[in-house]
Amino acid sequence: MAPGDTGLAIETSQLSKSFGTRHAVNNLDLAVPHGSVFGFLGPNGSGKTTTIRMLLGLATPTSGSISVLGRPMPAAGQDVLPHVGALVEGPAFYPFLSGRSNLLRLDAANPRSAAADRRRRVDRALDTVGLGQAARLAVHAYSLGMKQRLGIANALATDHELLVLDEPTNGLDPQGTREVRHLIASLAGAGTTVFISSHLLSEIEQMCTHAAVMSNGNRVAQGTLAELRSGGNGTVVIHTPDADAARTVLGGLGLLPGGEAAQGGDTAVVPHGETGEEGGTGVVQVPWPDDEPAPESIVAALVAAGVRVRGFALERPSLEDRFVELTGEGFDVAR
Amino acid sequence: MPGSALLVSELALVFRRRRTWAMLAALGAVPVLVAVAVRLTSGPPTGRGPAFLDRVAGNGLFVAIVGMFMCIPLFLPLTVSVVAGDTIAGEAGHGTLRYLLIAPASRGRLLLVKYFGAAVFCLAAALVVALVGVLIGLALFGVGPVTLLSGDTIPLGESLGRIGLMAAYVAISLWGLAAIGLFISTLTDVPVGAMAATAVLSVASQILGQLPQLDWLHPWLFTQHWFGFADLLREPILWASFGENALLQAGYVLVFGALAYGRLSTKDVLS
Repeated sequence: MAPGDTGLAIETSQLSKSFGTRHAVNNLDLAVPHGSVFGFLGPNGSGKTTTIRMLLGLATPTSGSISVLGRPMPAAGQDVLPHVGALVEGPAFYPFLSGRSNLLRLDAANPRSAAADRRRRVDRALDTVGLGQAARLAVHAYSLGMKQRLGIANALATDHELLVLDEPTNGLDPQGTREVRHLIASLAGAGTTVFISSHLLSEIEQMCTHAAVMSNGNRVAQGTLAELRSGGNGTVVIHTPDADAARTVLGGLGLLPGGEAAQGGDTAVVPHGETGEEGGTGVVQVPWPDDEPAPESIVAALVAAGVRVRGFALERPSLEDRFVELTGEGFDVAR
Repeated sequence: MPGSALLVSELALVFRRRRTWAMLAALGAVPVLVAVAVRLTSGPPTGRGPAFLDRVAGNGLFVAIVGMFMCIPLFLPLTVSVVAGDTIAGEAGHGTLRYLLIAPASRGRLLLVKYFGAAVFCLAAALVVALVGVLIGLALFGVGPVTLLSGDTIPLGESLGRIGLMAAYVAISLWGLAAIGLFISTLTDVPVGAMAATAVLSVASQILGQLPQLDWLHPWLFTQHWFGFADLLREPILWASFGENALLQAGYVLVFGALAYGRLSTKDVLS
């Protein structure tokens, strides 16, 4: 399968990888659009790095197909990989060589990179990640954060169409994390497709346009960030002293807590129809599963029925709630 | 040439390591020890010790030859095992293997380059022993025309040429071992394991070569001709042993090179 002009930088179809009896990745379908910043989320051990290894031709799929930049992997690796910069499972360098020598060696391994401006490109990449000063220091003297920066510099030494970054902010201080975010934004602005794996939700939320969520080797969601957010169930929250009247009105609009049966019962995070007395004002919460009816018509109906509405809110689950819902666990659980 | 950059980089990687220099220095120390020991103990030849030891005092060039005799059974194979066992496993251990492969260096090209680096080290190691031997011999004993095993005497220039040939013979002898080390190195991510296994094989092969019961096996042992470089001290030179050795080593390089490629090209790089 070699879709030439699907507009996808990465496409996988039914991609699976087993190690013995353990299924690391299961029938994974990924679609990473050109020019997107694609977040690849999942708890540790959910199959992200194994997927990245297969995308880059380091590991062979047990079954399924991969296309990167329109060419099949791993078959077309020698043609595809010169256009791909990558950071895979942390940076790795020769500890006895300087940061600069390490990058020069890896650049020399690429038969398509021009020898003439190798030093200039490497020095520029080192400056970009703020390692200009430490470039001639042996890597064994580097901190984890400096190695991480060096790994990113390696991915930047040549201009790539696609960057695959596995946990790029691992080990970076907040300042470094911000710099990486800005770097990715500027690369994306220049048209580079960026594929970022992370177990840190906030990171993805701040950087990405698209995301896929992995759990135990399965893809449990994929889409634009907006699509992923809207996938969850909203909640209508009304503050009113006339709680019973409000419930009656909402019931008339099809929003009674009883309506939950229609949603498959996975809304445990919302305490349905709960009423609390707070200085005479009750709080009525009901699920709002299909974004229907429109909020203004809910308020209009409440007011028309004489309900004293003192507060009205539509609560969307945060992306975090959504991911906990999808992966069935806290995000950092496996660390 | 675009592919040569990695080759240059590999040689730099091998020869910029302090470990490499330490090993070469240790090898160079062997002829120095021999020469100093002989210089300090004057007296009639005892007839014991390595071949040609008795002739060192008369002609410093023999320091180089004795040095090679002393290094070939253990010291040289040990150092070659370190370099060859480290080729792929060392990269895997550092995690740099994955970055080389996605650079991308194709697996076949990487193996060739890695083997080339190890083979050049073999040559460098043999040359260090020979060169240091000649220099220390010159310093302590003086050098002159060499009387060969066949009784002929050849002038100094040609003698130096013969020693160069012997170093080449020794280097070629080690290329088969380097190929074995390369293959073992593709089997593991732990370089020390590959180094040790390679060194053990070089010793085991020599032990097998000592057992008369295994006569049938001897022509196939990569250590079989390791001491054959003495044939280069005859007039005319007995090229047969040089050729046999080269052919045998070439066979090992082909077989273990193919095995290494078969292994690396199908391996999931998970390190």
